[in-house]
Amino acid sequence: MAEPKKDEILYDHHHDGIDRRGFLKCMAWAGTGAICIMKGGVMSSYSLSRLAELDPADMKGELSFAQISDSHMGFNKPANTDVVGTLKAAVDKVNALKIPPEFLLHTGDISHLARPEEFDTVDQILKSAVAKQTFFVPGEHDVIGDDGKGYLDRYGKGAMGNGWYSFDKKGVHFVGLVNVMNLKAGGLGTLGNEQLEWLEKDLQSLKSSTPIVVFAHIPLWSVYPQWGWGTEDSEQALSYMKKFGSVTVLNGHIHQTMQKVEGNITFHTAASTAFPQPQPGQGDSPGPMKVPAEQLRSVLGITDVNFVRGKEPLAIVDSNLS
Amino acid sequence: MNLKQKCVYVLGGGALLVAMAGASAWGFGGREASAPAQETQVKIDNFTFGPQEVNVSTGTTVKWVNRDDIPHTVVSDDKTTFKSKALDTDDAFSYTFTKAGTYPYFCSIHPKMTGKVVVK
Repeated sequence: MAEPKKDEILYDHHHDGIDRRGFLKCMAWAGTGAICIMKGGVMSSYSLSRLAELDPADMKGELSFAQISDSHMGFNKPANTDVVGTLKAAVDKVNALKIPPEFLLHTGDISHLARPEEFDTVDQILKSAVAKQTFFVPGEHDVIGDDGKGYLDRYGKGAMGNGWYSFDKKGVHFVGLVNVMNLKAGGLGTLGNEQLEWLEKDLQSLKSSTPIVVFAHIPLWSVYPQWGWGTEDSEQALSYMKKFGSVTVLNGHIHQTMQKVEGNITFHTAASTAFPQPQPGQGDSPGPMKVPAEQLRSVLGITDVNFVRGKEPLAIVDSNLS
Repeated sequence: MNLKQKCVYVLGGGALLVAMAGASAWGFGGREASAPAQETQVKIDNFTFGPQEVNVSTGTTVKWVNRDDIPHTVVSDDKTTFKSKALDTDDAFSYTFTKAGTYPYFCSIHPKMTGKVVVK
């Protein structure tokens, strides 16, 4: 094997998963403005200023899609008085990706108060995305006041129950889950038995070589339960995915990027396109975090995901809006 | 009716009024008969209900005011006793507690936010 380059981290092909120390080292760099790209078992880090140097061939795969999240259309407080502008900037960023995404995933909190005009505005802005299809899952803000009826009327066609569904794109199986309904006092996100039973059946007949992408609003791992950043019954959902070689879980809700790898599962949360939130425990509450105006766009962002057949896991790249 | 009967009526009515006022003063409704309807405020800020537990007497109106920069709701744990719509910043929700009891509640958008009204 060739001598690894200075900023390259290799992971051990013989074991089931990533060299955690190498991964963590890379993620530490990511916090200072680098991105980590995994391709063919090699993780490399690049500073964001070198983004332009990335050869599209490095990123090209069989399937490209982008994730945006937490647009909170209707929010207008000091943390960001122009969520329309920042959502448009996010769409521009997605449109400028070297490998155009085939579709978008929106991992919820589309609206701020579940008002029709808020959903309308987001739909309008997404019309200028080059990717003509967006798949949604609701956030807790999208189901306020009407138990999600407005959300479902708009985005729930073909979905089951409170809006869960699955679809396939080029052999990759996507599952949209809803964990923001029927929340109980003092509780976390919840999937519920009906959805879990559906999920088990949905995954049962798939070959273990099928790459799986699960997307839901609230993280499906325990990021910070004290702030409601977790899902009560996610363990059961994840147990149905043990057999698969590659599982990618994409979430939102926490308004910052975070990643964790556990065996065959890569968990990833996206930044918001509206406002950032503090790191776990680093503030009074998980609410909007004000940053100097000139820094706002650097803490908002999109996520680009590429799948190269035979090279798992999926390559996940976050970039900010500045 | 003759004068005697009218007098009895008036006396009877007067006695009844006095008796009722007396009953109120002695705690029949839990508070002074002449006191105005009571109101207690709970401030919502930083994903917290403050104070988290309030103790009030029956007939008190509790008014929740949202001073946070994110919307919240006020929903009784059983989801039926009281249930506010989404309260944006500076919106308020009031509920008058007419029956004694303990009323735990939470924010249905951020369920980790919990509070309690104890009514005696």
